[in-house]
Amino acid sequence: MNLNSIKAIYKFEMARALRTIMQSILAPVLSTSLYFVVFGAAIGSKISTIDTVSYGAFIIPGLVMLSVMTTSVNFAAFGIYLPKYNGSIFELMSAPISAYEIVIGYAGAAASKSILISILILLTSTIFVDFNIKHPLLMLLLLAITSITFSLFGFIIGIWATNFEKLQLIPLIIITPLVFLGGSFYSISMLPELWQLITKFNPIFYIINGFRWSFFGTSDIDLFTSLSFIVVFLFICLAIIGLIFKTGYRIKG
Amino acid sequence: MISVKNLNKIYPDNFYALSNISLDIKQGEVFALLGPNGAGKTTLISSVCGLTKQTSGEIKVSNFDTIKDYKKTRSLIGLVPQEFPLENYESVLNTVNFSRGLFGKKPDENHVKKVLQSLKLWDKKDSPIITLSGGMKRRVLIAKALSHNPKILFLDEPTSGVDIQLRKEMWEMILNLKRSGVTVILTTHYIKEAETIADRIGILNKGELILVENKENLINKFGEKTIIIEFGKKIYKIPKQIRAFDSFITDDNLCLVIKKLKNQKDVNITNIMKVISELEIPIIDIKTEESSLEDIFLDIIN
Repeated sequence: MNLNSIKAIYKFEMARALRTIMQSILAPVLSTSLYFVVFGAAIGSKISTIDTVSYGAFIIPGLVMLSVMTTSVNFAAFGIYLPKYNGSIFELMSAPISAYEIVIGYAGAAASKSILISILILLTSTIFVDFNIKHPLLMLLLLAITSITFSLFGFIIGIWATNFEKLQLIPLIIITPLVFLGGSFYSISMLPELWQLITKFNPIFYIINGFRWSFFGTSDIDLFTSLSFIVVFLFICLAIIGLIFKTGYRIKG
Repeated sequence: MISVKNLNKIYPDNFYALSNISLDIKQGEVFALLGPNGAGKTTLISSVCGLTKQTSGEIKVSNFDTIKDYKKTRSLIGLVPQEFPLENYESVLNTVNFSRGLFGKKPDENHVKKVLQSLKLWDKKDSPIITLSGGMKRRVLIAKALSHNPKILFLDEPTSGVDIQLRKEMWEMILNLKRSGVTVILTTHYIKEAETIADRIGILNKGELILVENKENLINKFGEKTIIIEFGKKIYKIPKQIRAFDSFITDDNLCLVIKKLKNQKDVNITNIMKVISELEIPIIDIKTEESSLEDIFLDIIN
């Protein structure tokens, strides 16, 4: 394992986030905090508890997941797309570093940044909502797996994208709607039967509910199903990345 | 140091970017690759560096295969590309440190400082790249390529778009690298550059390596010496003894031009002058001209 190379990519990507701290770190924290104010403190006060959990606390796992998924994808996609865009990917491709070491560097940095943002969001949420995390270690584990998996997914998008529009396409038209429709703001039991069925085809629903289980010990589905979904998605992403480097898809002449 | 055997790069539309290239580059030499645009110079470099997948053939660097042992071969190579593919908002120091780390080396402030000082970039170490001139950006790319102490340095048109003074400074830098044992392979459109700094020259055309020759041999083998004799009176006929050579009389009938290949031993200047003096026409001037590498290159390509 070429640790110096991985460290170089990781440090370079983290430095990029620190250089643009307002846009990279503070903006997602601020926008998610607005959800707590609007849905948690304002509207939430009018809604009764869900499974003995206050509405304000109920939406925290969903909002954290929304942030984790979108920021992981965006950070990793931009991380690998920018060298492609400005041409500096030549250096990466000519360096003595394996495909997986490159992925560890970029996806690792993207995951670290999104975990940092999630923790900041959780800390900010304590200002607006009173809640306790029942299984904190499990919560951190799920946070880590989800951020790594979506960072890998973002890496694939970054390789696939040929312009900035494509880079934003999947996070905007697929991930964000799926998170909103995946039970971030409601329990599946609050939906009509048809919508309950449709929701069960949304993979994000399982991930959010697993994460919610780590907070409150209760959710719409069991923890094992949730973990299975995220692990399967993780392996699919790894397989696609393996294929990208094997074929040189959009990175090698 | 570098051994290329039967290398082919064929694109899906059956375009041969490289056709059966075989080439050996010795340690510590400066090797210039010449060729017109689209000849395959950059493709050849990219194949050695791992940027392009070869269709067939074998490339070895320091006896290691560039595919099987890519980590070993790539750690020996530094590459300076043609364009300016740089992170514009990054500082000079950070981008050079990044390159060193990327090539698996631990941070070394002294080495990076030495490289930046040698390229006159130390004063700009904290400047964002976007604020630098074209010449400085070129030097940043060289600093990045040298940051991990490579044994081989590829320079893809290193002096294109830089002023004469900087070009000469770069030539000096390349010769210093050669003195320190680094093998330098450069592509260039400036034949003068190859003439000044290269030990050997390879000429690529339409994906084929048509010639590899020591610079002096190339000039001796293909170069011409032209003797121009200017007369005080018009001359209408080339003397019989001179007709054997490639010779002609200029349109104004005042000059006789005799061409000889530099390696043509049977051309005796003394005999030529003896024949000319027998014409009893006053001679005003005698000039000799030697073909440059540029003339030879154009002859070979055409």
